[in-house]
Amino acid sequence: MDSIKQVSTVASVALPVDERLMVRRCRYQAGQGRRLCVVTGTHGDELAGQYVCFALSQLLAAHPERLRGTVDIYPALNPMGIDSVTRGIPAFDLDMNRIFPGGRDGSAFEEIACDIVESLEGADLVLDLHASSLFLREMLQGRVMRECEARLLPYARRLGLDFVWVHPSATVMQATLSHTLNSRGTPCIVVEMDVAMRINREMGDRLVRGILALMEDLGMWTGDAGDPSPAPFPDPIVCDDDARVTFINAESSGVFLAEDLCGRQVRAGERLGRIVDPLQGEVLTDVRAPFDALVFTMRAYPIVYQGSLIARLLRMGGGDA
Amino acid sequence: MRKDILFSLPSPYRDTMRVTGYRFGKGEKACAIVGAMRGNEVQQLYVCSRLVSMLREIEQEGGIVEGKSLLVIPTINNFSMNLGKRFWPTDNTDINRMFPGKREGETTERIAYEVFERLRCYQHGVQLASFYMPGTFIPHVRLMGPAGKDAELARDFGLPYIYLRTPKPYDTVTLGYNWQRVGTHAFSLYAGKTDAIDENAADLCIRSIVRFLNLRGIVRCATPPGHVSVTIGDEDLHAVSSTCGGLLRRVKFAGAHVRRGEQLAFVMDPGDGSVREVLRTPITGTLFFVHDQPFVLEHTPVFKILGSRVD
Repeated sequence: MDSIKQVSTVASVALPVDERLMVRRCRYQAGQGRRLCVVTGTHGDELAGQYVCFALSQLLAAHPERLRGTVDIYPALNPMGIDSVTRGIPAFDLDMNRIFPGGRDGSAFEEIACDIVESLEGADLVLDLHASSLFLREMLQGRVMRECEARLLPYARRLGLDFVWVHPSATVMQATLSHTLNSRGTPCIVVEMDVAMRINREMGDRLVRGILALMEDLGMWTGDAGDPSPAPFPDPIVCDDDARVTFINAESSGVFLAEDLCGRQVRAGERLGRIVDPLQGEVLTDVRAPFDALVFTMRAYPIVYQGSLIARLLRMGGGDA
Repeated sequence: MRKDILFSLPSPYRDTMRVTGYRFGKGEKACAIVGAMRGNEVQQLYVCSRLVSMLREIEQEGGIVEGKSLLVIPTINNFSMNLGKRFWPTDNTDINRMFPGKREGETTERIAYEVFERLRCYQHGVQLASFYMPGTFIPHVRLMGPAGKDAELARDFGLPYIYLRTPKPYDTVTLGYNWQRVGTHAFSLYAGKTDAIDENAADLCIRSIVRFLNLRGIVRCATPPGHVSVTIGDEDLHAVSSTCGGLLRRVKFAGAHVRRGEQLAFVMDPGDGSVREVLRTPITGTLFFVHDQPFVLEHTPVFKILGSRVD
């Protein structure tokens, strides 16, 4: 069988001293079917997507006979950020996910953003993988803009996610890759998982199986004998009512000692953690759940200021569990 | 002059962060002036600190108009300044992307909220702003969106240029945009540099602010006449970008008048010193913005030139 794999550069810019910045893509193509794109590495400190790209790429290379259509894998939209453990674009202090769709008459990075968008436009689905931040841990979840709910939610339900958050699009989000693509008619789902600077292989494996299940639905992945094969997943909890989401913010500055609750359901009054003063050995705030809830985001980085996000809770009602 | 702590934020390991304001006069809230919001905005802090000093003298001479009051906040982010960081030390968020802020929100949202609550009631608002790309501007006053009454008021600064800018999505979370939203006449002043002190540009900006306060009837103070401002927009600026990366050797600087075809800069090979590219101006005009870092990437807008049709 001819090779179905092709690596290419979708954006490139000359750096000052003998180096080119390159955004690369690995394409697996078998026939003229649909096109799925998996992108990650927009924030250089979020590494969970690296494992997903590796595992998916390895599977596609090992089972070319099962592929129908095109899968494009972009592991590093911000390669210099990943290389230097920097969330934004190093040396420019720019959040790359705030410069889309880019432009041809702006900076070098706006040019790159423009190239990336052009290379993704027209895909049948784009999965934009993120790993929260250094500060927060997320359960495996999808983020879907409310305006695109009808189109995207059926896809998100098949990805093996624990939770799908259908949210209104804030104005500032217009500069993100997902908003840009969705507003131009290319469907894009944001997947959040775990925490920055780490790889959670269990979550990554589950997402890869979910991607294969979705590909099978889309007619892009065939055959069900032998390993690996898509597996059924329980339906995720879906929140399409923001009134059910509550943000818990720190009311004092100190060290947050978190309970291990991310992805768990808690009862009203259950402790989420304590903010303590290491100098004087005092508990400054005892943080407790205000109602029965699913903890879908939990503070991972212990140092907090007044206002630091401690947790995001989904109020649970009948039929959610 | 009264020095007030407008807002304080306890820190687990550092001193308490204090946002300090300097108040002049009593009565209707006529004008608020805000300096550095980012840790690298040294010029913006410098302009404000010298403005406080000048307003103190004006006040001592009875020059604050009765029934008018002013507030100057030299910085709302001393924590980043003391650390040498541009954005908020812990989570790297930009306070000027958090307005109008949230009382119960995240830390920088709370800072923005507390500051904005003290700023929203002023008739006029002036922010000493900086640009996201490193470089030097001709000092100018900038405001968002369609030319209206505020564009006319901006003439009272007497700066050579008034730059009318079309708002972008991220502008909706800046101080200037939110000031406008609540009815404050809001202006952004670009005082030349950002992370270094430029004495000449600082003098020009301080004079322009005092001239504005004078013409708006907030202070009484002799000021030298200003320029007859020219109003410009995005469409008036022509970018000259590099088509390769390398060391940047500029021969022309912000404010220079250049003739079509004139050499502006050389992009040098950092290994052998050969010239990779000569940047020339395709139009006759004035250098409005000049990139001021020694390195340049491919596709970097190194110069923005204001065509001579508005000269």
